[in-house]
Amino acid sequence: MASLNSEFLGIKSPNPFWLASAPPTDKEYNVRRAFQAGWGGAVWKTLGFDPHIVNVNGPRYGAVWTGDRKLLGLNNIELITDRPLQTNLDEIKIIKREFPDRALLVSLMVPCEEAPWKKILGRVEETEADGVELNFGCPHGMSERGMGSAVGQVPEYIEMVARWVKSNTRMPVLVKLTPNITDIRFPARAAKAGGGDGVSLINTVSSITGVNLDTFSPEPTIDGKGTHGGYCGPAIKPIALNMVAEIARDPETAGFPLSAIGGITTWRDAAEFIALGAGNVQICTAAMTFGFRIIHELTEGLRLWMEEKGIDAIDDFRGRAVPNVLDWQYLNLNYVTKARIDQDLCIKCGRCFAVCEDTSHQAIRINPGREFEVIDEECVACNLCVNVCPVENCITMAELQPGEIDARTGRVVEKEYSNWTQHPNNPAACAAE
Amino acid sequence: MPNSARTPGVAPGRLPRETIDGHFSDLHPEFSRHEAAIEAERCYFCYDAPCIDACPTGIDIPLFIRQIAAGSPDAAAMTIFDSNILGGMCARVCPTETLCEEACVRNDAEGKPVEIGRLQRYATDALMATGEHPYERQPPTGRRIAVVGSGPAGLACAHRLAMKGHDVVVFESRDKPGGLNEHGIAAYKTVEKFAEREIEWLTAIGGITIEFGRSLGSDLVLEDLTRTFDAVFLGVGLAGANALGIGGEDLANVESAVDFISRLRQSEDLTELPVGRDVVVVGGGMTAIDAAVQSRLLGADSATIVYRRERERMGASEYERNLAASKGVKIETNARPLEIQGGRRVRDIRFERTRTGADGIESTGETFRIDADQVFVAVGQKLAIEASLVEFERGKIKVGEAGRTCHPRIWAGGDCASEGDDLTVTAVAQGRDAAEDIHKSLA
Ligand SMILES: Cc1cc2nc3c(=O)[nH]c(=O)nc-3n(C[C@H](O)[C@H](O)[C@H](O)COP(=O)(O)OP(=O)(O)OC[C@H]3O[C@@H](n4cnc5c(N)ncnc54)[C@H](O)[C@@H]3O)c2cc1C
Ligand SMILES: Cc1cc2nc3c(=O)[nH]c(=O)nc-3n(C[C@H](O)[C@H](O)[C@H](O)COP(=O)(O)O)c2cc1C
Ligand code: SF4
Repeated sequence: MASLNSEFLGIKSPNPFWLASAPPTDKEYNVRRAFQAGWGGAVWKTLGFDPHIVNVNGPRYGAVWTGDRKLLGLNNIELITDRPLQTNLDEIKIIKREFPDRALLVSLMVPCEEAPWKKILGRVEETEADGVELNFGCPHGMSERGMGSAVGQVPEYIEMVARWVKSNTRMPVLVKLTPNITDIRFPARAAKAGGGDGVSLINTVSSITGVNLDTFSPEPTIDGKGTHGGYCGPAIKPIALNMVAEIARDPETAGFPLSAIGGITTWRDAAEFIALGAGNVQICTAAMTFGFRIIHELTEGLRLWMEEKGIDAIDDFRGRAVPNVLDWQYLNLNYVTKARIDQDLCIKCGRCFAVCEDTSHQAIRINPGREFEVIDEECVACNLCVNVCPVENCITMAELQPGEIDARTGRVVEKEYSNWTQHPNNPAACAAE
Repeated sequence: MPNSARTPGVAPGRLPRETIDGHFSDLHPEFSRHEAAIEAERCYFCYDAPCIDACPTGIDIPLFIRQIAAGSPDAAAMTIFDSNILGGMCARVCPTETLCEEACVRNDAEGKPVEIGRLQRYATDALMATGEHPYERQPPTGRRIAVVGSGPAGLACAHRLAMKGHDVVVFESRDKPGGLNEHGIAAYKTVEKFAEREIEWLTAIGGITIEFGRSLGSDLVLEDLTRTFDAVFLGVGLAGANALGIGGEDLANVESAVDFISRLRQSEDLTELPVGRDVVVVGGGMTAIDAAVQSRLLGADSATIVYRRERERMGASEYERNLAASKGVKIETNARPLEIQGGRRVRDIRFERTRTGADGIESTGETFRIDADQVFVAVGQKLAIEASLVEFERGKIKVGEAGRTCHPRIWAGGDCASEGDDLTVTAVAQGRDAAEDIHKSLA
């Protein structure tokens, strides 16, 4: 049977699913329920010094939904813990004793000086927690006070704080990154350079979820006003996947331990992040949407898939997709496909026609009886029809085999791989003629 | 002792009031906001959507559903009313399973169409609830048009003409407007006096006068109308009922199904409406179904529809037949009546078995009887007017494009016209199209 056992930064947990630092890990009660439900680990809601911060007393969350109210994205303007430090520390200690086999890390955010970091680390060590996570991610509230993403956006600060932390504790140190930055590789490199043991990403994406058209105020609205918050949930998964991939394939950080966060909702999402190099995953919004019981779908789904693939352990497929992520210029321009519509599956909605005709390449024709057919002479294989078709697998992309003629270009499909760096239209081509 | 289902003869109050009230409540209750949002989300916004073609009034269905999904039911309603001013009634009475919803691609996808009819009702009810009429009339043209009949055809025609700035006089032989909306449609499809409220709302556009008790053929003459009005639209429906032409039709408790339904629709208290213990309905269309179903809902112990051909050939759709079955109506097919028997009142009917042969319906020679305390005849309606200025075709007023008759100032539409097909929505479409054509001809 495939094993979900996880070892990350030397911290063991029965499965790679940890709860991210957020409301689900805010206090003893929640974390106990999570561990009872079967979660492998948790990163405690970010701690700071007393006097503890306060939260707004109006709505903290905004959301983006599909028409049938499926939650696509959540946004929050919540700050770090709003309870006294000692209360949190006492509870952490109780939980760690009660669940010694689970991973329990503590997220931290204190002012950007060495003394406060040193001070808080000492107190966290007393809880016997397994490690700490440095919250350089929150994009709202704390950043205006010089913490959170205000640190995460400056690689030099990340490196500096990571170094302070490492020199003041023997606990493993995870550096949590903000996506609100142009190139994620720089903060990751800085975390490594500072001696951090790994990175976790992404924290939330700066966002406003909507504008109330009666009051003309941003959502969520506090007394008629609003502020940007942090976006999370399914909508941010593609952003997180890319950032994880960027770090995994950067020669400077390749192999650096990485805990993936961002929109993970099903076992499939988790498997994708691990395939892109993540050692484990952290989840917040999915738990906040459905409750802790989703852990059974996550663990059993992942286990079953691993067994179907003949994979015995998490580490055995970790990073398997990384070599397949390339820069655009190395993609094979001799790979030619054409859209194909399966007439048996087609329900004749005509959406493929509407979008190809109006916004793409006029490559679909309507035959009598509302039969939709791809015109190979026009199809550039953009995939839009596949993406808008409501029936899965009704439209697929068929590969042309070498030797076949691409009806659009009139050229024979070549067997050899050839990319932009070799293309005659590229002024900088280094064609091996 | 109160009456029950088994009380012999024809009697009122066979069921307690609460039961009857329940039976005649809304067949498809209105969508809540939540239900509408979820259902609207199911629409794929098809290209050249098949549902539009399937709607006789050609409502831009994907557009109005998208407007509901985007949270503007009022805008959705305007999309509907622009094509079909009786969109509220149609949302309730259209056999959508054979119209728009039959064409929905979701049938192929998962065997369950988008519930277009109920979404249409959601939108139109929302706008009508504001109590305001949404259209303004164009500047007065000084033209006057006579509309004969205030059924859906006449009303749709009158509204469109009024919108164009013409003045319309509607002549209605009854003392209430609406035609079969008011007298024919099953009670559970149009509850809470919807037909009446809709007409009040529709005529609020102004420029429409309805004269009641004015009947073409008795106190109105077509020739006079063509002289005193700039144009005439005939939307008189089919006011006569076909007879079976067999013995016993004159016995007590034998009547046309439409008369029974009309009485039912006009009844203020359904517990006082008498209905037979064993009801037999002869026919196979929507009227037969409605008469039988409503008899059962009133408490008839049994209701049997007898149709002369095979089940699939019935005018009533499969959905309607299943609805009837679910209300305990028995459908007997391949049988035609030979004689209605009884003393003063009907007692039973003798039928003969039929089969469909090379030359149509053939007798098998086998006969049987069904007990009946009440018999409803639902074998079609017929035109009840005679007029010299227009031509007839298969018993209906012959019309060409846009309802034009052979007379240059007379148009016709709805059930009375040769292009009608016994659907409210078709009557609306034809009334509207005739109005557009009349308007063009007056330009
Ligand atoms: C029992 C029954 C149930 C039905 N159920 C449905 C249903 O569920 N869904 C559906 O789509 N369709 C249904 N139909 C059909 C639908 O009601 C008709 O197709 C539609 O009403 C036709 O509209 P119309 O305006 O042509 O005629 P009508 O609705 O018949 O209106 C004609 C009007 O003209 C008046 N009139 C008649 N003669 C004269 C005259 N000489 N002078 C002045 N006025 C006159 C009448 O009093 C009436 O008001 C049903 C029909 C019946 C009988
Ligand atoms: C309400 C809320 C509060 C959060 N608070 C914290 C926090 O205190 N510290 C932190 O590091 N991340 C915090 N996060 C970010 C999450 O830990 C996580 O990085 C982010 O939500 C993305 O993961 P997800 O898509 O699974 O939710 C918070 C998220 C939410 C929704
Ligand atoms: S792949 Fe793009 S170009 Fe080709 S048919 Fe589909 S939408 Fe049109």
